[in-house]
Amino acid sequence: MDLPLSDFRKMEVAEFDTSKLLAHASKQAAERGYHRFPIVDVDSHHYETEAIDEILEYMDDPVIQQLARSARQATAKGPGVLSPGGVGYQDMGGRVMRYSVRGLEKTPKDRHRDIHLAQRWMDAIGIDIAIMFPTPMLQLGLHPQVEVEVALARAYNRWLCERVLAHEPRIRSMLYLPFNDADASYKMVQEFGATKGVVGFMVTSARYRPVHHNSYMKTYALLEEMNLPLAFHAGYNWNDQTVGMMNKFISVHALGFVFYNMVHLANWITNGLPERFPKLKVLWIESGLAWVPFMMQRFDNEYMMRSSEAPALKKLPSDYMRDMYFSTQPMEIKDLGMLEQTFRMLKADTQLLYSSDYPHWDFDLPSTIYDLPFLDETAKRNILGGNAMRLFNLDMPVGKMAAAE
Amino acid sequence: MPDVFVAKFSQFPDGDRRIVSAGTTEIGVFHWAGQFYAYENLCLHQGGPACEGVMMHKVEDVLGADRTFQGQRFSKDEMHFVCPWHGYEYDVKTGECAADRKLKLKSFEVVRRGEDIYVVAD
Repeated sequence: MDLPLSDFRKMEVAEFDTSKLLAHASKQAAERGYHRFPIVDVDSHHYETEAIDEILEYMDDPVIQQLARSARQATAKGPGVLSPGGVGYQDMGGRVMRYSVRGLEKTPKDRHRDIHLAQRWMDAIGIDIAIMFPTPMLQLGLHPQVEVEVALARAYNRWLCERVLAHEPRIRSMLYLPFNDADASYKMVQEFGATKGVVGFMVTSARYRPVHHNSYMKTYALLEEMNLPLAFHAGYNWNDQTVGMMNKFISVHALGFVFYNMVHLANWITNGLPERFPKLKVLWIESGLAWVPFMMQRFDNEYMMRSSEAPALKKLPSDYMRDMYFSTQPMEIKDLGMLEQTFRMLKADTQLLYSSDYPHWDFDLPSTIYDLPFLDETAKRNILGGNAMRLFNLDMPVGKMAAAE
Repeated sequence: MPDVFVAKFSQFPDGDRRIVSAGTTEIGVFHWAGQFYAYENLCLHQGGPACEGVMMHKVEDVLGADRTFQGQRFSKDEMHFVCPWHGYEYDVKTGECAADRKLKLKSFEVVRRGEDIYVVAD
């Protein structure tokens, strides 16, 4: 494969191996002794579109399935009618090479390719359990046809449970909720909530449905009853008119991956959902951490003057936020003083969960947490794994049990 | 530590690169525009293999005399190598991080002895 470079040059790449790419990460893991304690990655990804033919086997709607197969045959590039698409170039014009060359990686045929690939990067990075999410489907909430979101979500969830989660206990998932259809979301929790490997459910944040709509209450109640956390996974949408005013992907990503979660979190708190569902555990994924102090300060300040608009609240908005969970990546690590204050404000010792986001372009290694000078060993281990094990009721990985004792 | 053999000059064309080891230290050696440069293969960001990614000229904005934006182009002079993990870019002639010139990869001297190219490891 030839990668196009500047000045009409090319770079020839003949093979790709995740383990080799991450050899330095393996060295970090050994130097820091990650074998001594569990590491849980609460946000990692695979490219489900590479298995779209398998996923379509699980699709109930025969017309949408046929449409998808037909479109796929016509373009031979992607899922066709299933994806709302969207402009963007996370790979920075090929500078992050693994996007272009991952198809060159060879895997044995004995298990699903996605299991092999996940095991490779998990072993290299030092991760025991990874919660895996899709990639292109992160924008499925923007699909104009609600029935397509529902059909693909159920097909994907069935496929993931049967082909991946059932065969590899180190891989778990919070399954995709087709949130543009509240009834379908409820049924999804009913159907898959007790399935092996399912540790919760996930809403892709890039969409235009407010989380406080009454139609969602029964789903929240069911999740609370089943003790299954609900996650909001950030995403960008360059087609949004406000986001569309930004002409650089750096801007779209930097703001876009926070914007929708800010909106959903604002609605979640001001509508009193933490009071209505006090035992429902809520997790905010892939918005980094810098937005958290902003939201806390902004809403606490306004709530003191406008509490009549949020009468359900019995404490400050920031207090509710400290009951929530946040994933680390992409962690803004340029100003350690600010980061330390951020950890303090969100009660990182119990509420912060390490996430890699691998294999995406801005992934974070466990060393981003382990090397922080203001954390003691207990806090490091809680953030890297302990908090997630408690939140998701995970068993200690067998290999780590002996080391921990 | 003895100097580390990199390659025969004739087998190391301009525009190419090699990764060599000096003990536990990995070193990326670049042959660019008639000169050799060598840096530690360890990204200053999260420790990725900084010298193993693509080489891309610096991207530049083109502004008109009236300071209006006219487009972009690749620099004719400044070449970057890019860490494949996250895209950190480094100036091949200095080892400086393009986004923050205060950050600089550890550099090594490269010497040619006859047909042989060596890195002076320490």
